[in-house]
Amino acid sequence: MTEETKAAPTGVDKSVERVSLDPTANEMLDIAAARGIETVFSRAASMKPCTVGAEGSCCKLCAMGPCRITGKGKDEKRGLCGATLETIAARNIARSIAGGAAAHSDHGRDVALMLKAIGEGEIEGFSIKDEVKLYKVATYMGIETDGKSILEVARDVGDKALQQFGQQTGELVYIDRAPKKRQQLWRKLNVVPRGIDREIVELMHRTTPGVDQDYESILDASVRAALGDGWGGSMLATDLQDIVFGTPVPVRSSANLGVLKEDHVNILIHGHEPILASVILDAARSPEMIELAKSLGAAGINIAGICCTANESLMRQGVPPAGNMLHQELAVLTGAVEAMVVDVQCIFQGLADVASNFHTLLVTTSPKAKIGGSGLHVEMDEHKPLEAANSIVRQAVENFANRPTDPFIPTAQSPLVAGFSHEYIRYMLGGKMRASLRPLNDNIINGRIRGLAAVVGCSNARTPQDVGVVHVVRELIANNVLVVVTGCAAITSGKHGLLTPETMEFAGEGLKEVCETVGIPPVLHVGSCVDNSRILTILSDVVEEGGLGEDISDLPAVGISPEWFSEKALTIAAYVAGSGGHVIFGGVGSPVAGSEILVDYMTSGWEERYGGKLEFLSDPADIVTSALDAIDSARAALKIDVAQERVLFDMDMRRELDV
Amino acid sequence: MSKIIASAATRGAYSIVEKAEAKLAEAKESKGAQTAVEFPNTAYYLPVIYGLTGEKVQVLSDMDRVLSIARDLLPEIPSEKLWLPYLGTTLDAGIAALLAEECIEALRYVVGPPPVDEFWLGAADDVIMRARGVEFVDGSAPGFAAVVGAAPDNETAVRLAREMQEKMLYVFMAGSTNGVSFADQLRAEGVQLGWDTRLVPFDSEVYGHIYSLGFATRAAMAFGGVQPGDYERILRYNKNRIFAFVLALGDVTDEWYATAAGAISYGFPTIATADIPEILPTGVCTYEHVVSNVPCDELVQRAIEVRGLKIKITEIPIPVSYGPAFEGERVRKEDTYVEAGGQRSPSFEWLQTLDAADVEDGKIEVVGPEIDDLEPGATIPLGIVVEVAGRKMQPDFEPVLERQFHHLVNFAEGVLHMGQRDLNWLRISTSAKDKGFKLAHLGEILRAKLLDEYAAIVDKVQVTIYTDEDKVLEWRDKARASYAVRDERLAGLTDDTVDVFYSCSLCQSFAPNHICVVTPERLGLCGAYNWLDAKASNELDPTGPNQPIDKGELLDSNLGQWSGVNEFINEKSNRSVERMSAYSLMTDPMTSCGCFMAIVALMPMCNGVMIVNREHPGMTPCGMKFSTLAGTIGGGIQVPGFMGIGRGYISSKKFLSAEGGFQRVVWMPKALKEIMRPHLEAVLADMGDPDFLDKLADETISASEEGVLEFLTSVNHPALTMDSIF
Repeated sequence: MTEETKAAPTGVDKSVERVSLDPTANEMLDIAAARGIETVFSRAASMKPCTVGAEGSCCKLCAMGPCRITGKGKDEKRGLCGATLETIAARNIARSIAGGAAAHSDHGRDVALMLKAIGEGEIEGFSIKDEVKLYKVATYMGIETDGKSILEVARDVGDKALQQFGQQTGELVYIDRAPKKRQQLWRKLNVVPRGIDREIVELMHRTTPGVDQDYESILDASVRAALGDGWGGSMLATDLQDIVFGTPVPVRSSANLGVLKEDHVNILIHGHEPILASVILDAARSPEMIELAKSLGAAGINIAGICCTANESLMRQGVPPAGNMLHQELAVLTGAVEAMVVDVQCIFQGLADVASNFHTLLVTTSPKAKIGGSGLHVEMDEHKPLEAANSIVRQAVENFANRPTDPFIPTAQSPLVAGFSHEYIRYMLGGKMRASLRPLNDNIINGRIRGLAAVVGCSNARTPQDVGVVHVVRELIANNVLVVVTGCAAITSGKHGLLTPETMEFAGEGLKEVCETVGIPPVLHVGSCVDNSRILTILSDVVEEGGLGEDISDLPAVGISPEWFSEKALTIAAYVAGSGGHVIFGGVGSPVAGSEILVDYMTSGWEERYGGKLEFLSDPADIVTSALDAIDSARAALKIDVAQERVLFDMDMRRELDV
Repeated sequence: MSKIIASAATRGAYSIVEKAEAKLAEAKESKGAQTAVEFPNTAYYLPVIYGLTGEKVQVLSDMDRVLSIARDLLPEIPSEKLWLPYLGTTLDAGIAALLAEECIEALRYVVGPPPVDEFWLGAADDVIMRARGVEFVDGSAPGFAAVVGAAPDNETAVRLAREMQEKMLYVFMAGSTNGVSFADQLRAEGVQLGWDTRLVPFDSEVYGHIYSLGFATRAAMAFGGVQPGDYERILRYNKNRIFAFVLALGDVTDEWYATAAGAISYGFPTIATADIPEILPTGVCTYEHVVSNVPCDELVQRAIEVRGLKIKITEIPIPVSYGPAFEGERVRKEDTYVEAGGQRSPSFEWLQTLDAADVEDGKIEVVGPEIDDLEPGATIPLGIVVEVAGRKMQPDFEPVLERQFHHLVNFAEGVLHMGQRDLNWLRISTSAKDKGFKLAHLGEILRAKLLDEYAAIVDKVQVTIYTDEDKVLEWRDKARASYAVRDERLAGLTDDTVDVFYSCSLCQSFAPNHICVVTPERLGLCGAYNWLDAKASNELDPTGPNQPIDKGELLDSNLGQWSGVNEFINEKSNRSVERMSAYSLMTDPMTSCGCFMAIVALMPMCNGVMIVNREHPGMTPCGMKFSTLAGTIGGGIQVPGFMGIGRGYISSKKFLSAEGGFQRVVWMPKALKEIMRPHLEAVLADMGDPDFLDKLADETISASEEGVLEFLTSVNHPALTMDSIF
């Protein structure tokens, strides 16, 4: 654990003059500077963002523009076509949301295709890891399972999942997993997604020149597309990945660049989909490859992850994360990485430049994601994934011979516990026979746990790396807020020692007591960014468990992305807010800051309409204040802000209890 | 779960599972793998195992599967650093410990040491479970304490036991501290132990608490209708219905921790005297899970709060302990200071209603000698006359209230009461007398309890205790005249002469889907509530468990179906039961909870029915013992051909009238025949066959249907020539 994390939480660490709270980043950037290698960090320093674009005030949808609506009197200004600032800003964020929804959902589609192919016996070496979950998902989907083999059920679940993408009318099946009251609201507002793809396409249509020019309507359509991600594409991705790769249970691991091993062949896996991680691991564990590595002087083959591939493989196999998204170039800078194997999303083109300074092979594997100038493209044939993996691992191992003699691997790594699927959370609170969320609800009601916060999302080179996430997480746990983390925020938390059970020492008294009872860290790693759908499931289950209102919007809970960068984060924000969650984004400002009307609509307007909202607060201290306020208001509305009296049960009262 | 507790409990679970494995291996070695293994007289096999896993353990080798399940549940012991979550795994370890403990105890029945001797009681059979279960249903037993270990000294043990008895709790005892158990301590102080006094010594080892949990598990299956293997509902049922807790006295061992972890899954928290880590956050149990370092004098009160139990105690100004636990206590002849009735002296008890102006509330008078005026061992004439007034008091309620005298008086420590009216029998022990108990205290008890329990009916109570023989005889005549009036009125009270019946959902606390319909000619199947009781209860608590049912239109007089009753049943059963016949076994019979006194079961070959009472332990001609039969009909479902009943219904003129009445009965246990004989006189006279009971087979004749049929043929039983029962 680093020195910083040992100190008790204080205010925001303003002393960070460098670009990262993580000393390993600063060490690696010294190397980059010394060797004159550009990185995302150095470019952030040398290139300012476009201020008009940053505020959402630039419309470049048609060839009459780009139109920039800025400066004095901007509220009266119009684009050439007459578009108002709020229409322009709404269309811009809508298209980002469509992009994010497309990304998560296309990920989900690939998993559905894979499950179907497994069901049809078309993928070598793959079977169903979690049969219980397969049947559970089949039940959600209304699929008859009697008399069918496991593989037939898998095929049908895959088919039904695929149908959800192309469905044109009706409702997505998973909508039914939301609290009843939420479903009714969605129906009333006409935002229930009809099909995953349809809502994305329609949103692109609406925002093309000359279609939907009412910001409220555009944002409703954005929420609808986003709900199709959260309660569709992402939720399917999570469920089907659990079926194929196993539902996570707690594992021990370690995070940060120190997980790279000087005497091993180091292969980094980066991107988002678990299949890549899974087959690379299988290949790297084969005796043949290990033998090959040894014959070349390595002690073995070490696999580590970056970004959400790291999370997927950490959650299920304990693969150590070498770092979050901003660590992708830094890892290569160690000179100790034989191969950086990537699939889709959040992969910097700059990786190719950094890698070209070292022996590191940058291997792209997805037919959707090639990088100009990269050394190697080995396409993962979805029916024979292991073949491609074997080829990649072999080349990586052989590349060990080319490693420079002076690699620099920072020593820093922090131990962590990850693997908190929503199924496991139920289990851990009651064991096999009493699994439920009751203890969670009870301890929220009795105030030991003040509320729940999901700290999610990315890291962003425009703000000091890790500062926002670490500050927010530490402050929240110190204030008895149970935190769940996903995505890069989870890796950040891991790097800074916040995912160990010992971290309960930093938690407030009540939360600490709960952590001690259950044996958990106060910060639970629940997975990758598509696994934000697990958070939707948990929140719905908390509502269902009872005692905390009837809808997600009633819960003392917040969603926070302190260092967001990707448009996928905006999609997540939109589906969480549309599901009734209070969302706070930090770091860079609002992408619609140019339009006060829109800023106001996405906060108070959405709050009135959806019971959720999206606000942008750059200062992590403000985020914490707003989060605690939101939690306390929800507690007050639930009347659990005062100590609960102990109810003693006589026979009549017992008869009222559910058995 | 603190890590210390999690580690200890997990270690304890390993130890218990290993012991079970070793003992099983030894038993299989010495007796053979196919040797039968069972607890006595239960339909639930080894009940914890059966309930939680659905496994029916019948022979030794069946335990292999169970212990393999237990093994699979055993988790890693939490690590020093970077531990993985341990609450869920520890609860699993607790379940593993319970499965193994039940194997260990059952194996003792096969290879010893015997779990039962003149002191330790071992497994409670289904008769006990059902009989005692009723008390958990009606609230006369609000819960049980599972006591582990021994109190610091005998005196404290007795104090704790008395405190729990006064709070109406059952006290289940198993486990020892330094070789001494709580039960040993009570025995040494001469405290009466056993089911009757609610102080139940199970075993000197903590494993014996598997009998406590077996009791709880069976309650969920027998009364709650939960299917074996549906562990989730069995445990939730216990959390929300059986308000039990563990009292850990003295140092807590790993195996105690493991057993306590198992109890936590049932929602039963542990309250410990030792300074062990606490688990205060709530959720698996209703409130805290482990509370420790509690001094003995606060222990019971604290436990009740932690379990979330509300116990209503009426303070009664008498110098002895008071509570249902003392109802079963015996007062032997040599311990008796004074005795009345029981054919030894004239005696009676009587309650009458007077105008409010004529009752001086709180006036308790003894006319004749008080206890201090008597020699030890005296037999005296006794008349207890209770006079009440109340705006809502009705003459119909007089027998209801008077019938309470028996248990109200019996609840006093050192007082024995039997019988009723002018057939009562009373003893007061020397030790009660030594503590200052007087005859006037009988009046204090009756006044306090009647005012408390019948507050909505009774406003004022005065009691006169006559011990002067002339006065006793004089007042007994008045009482007898009143009894005669009542009997006449009761005889005229039939299903046809009243407009409303009453529902009874008292046992919905245990059997959520069952509803009794109580009519003048068919009492509740637990035997505790007749139509007048239900009427009075409704008066007391208009929104309570006894609701009036407007009979509505008579649909079928033979079956006993009315439109209003059907509508009521349909609604209250959540549309699962559409129709109900009051008088039929075969067509839409009434559902059963689990606390019925007897079962009527079809005997198809004989064209008749058998009746078996709960107390009959042997085989019956339908091929099942009472316990097994009971398991198939409880839980609020209609099973044509099988029905639970209150014994009083057997002598009703409407008994199975749809199937031809009492003539259909072809088999009853001998003991039940004798119990029912005096009550059946009128019915048999109507049948014109006063010796009909002798035409019924019983267990001394045959316990097989073929044997019964042979006997019926030999005595020319009418069922053989009646219309087909189908």
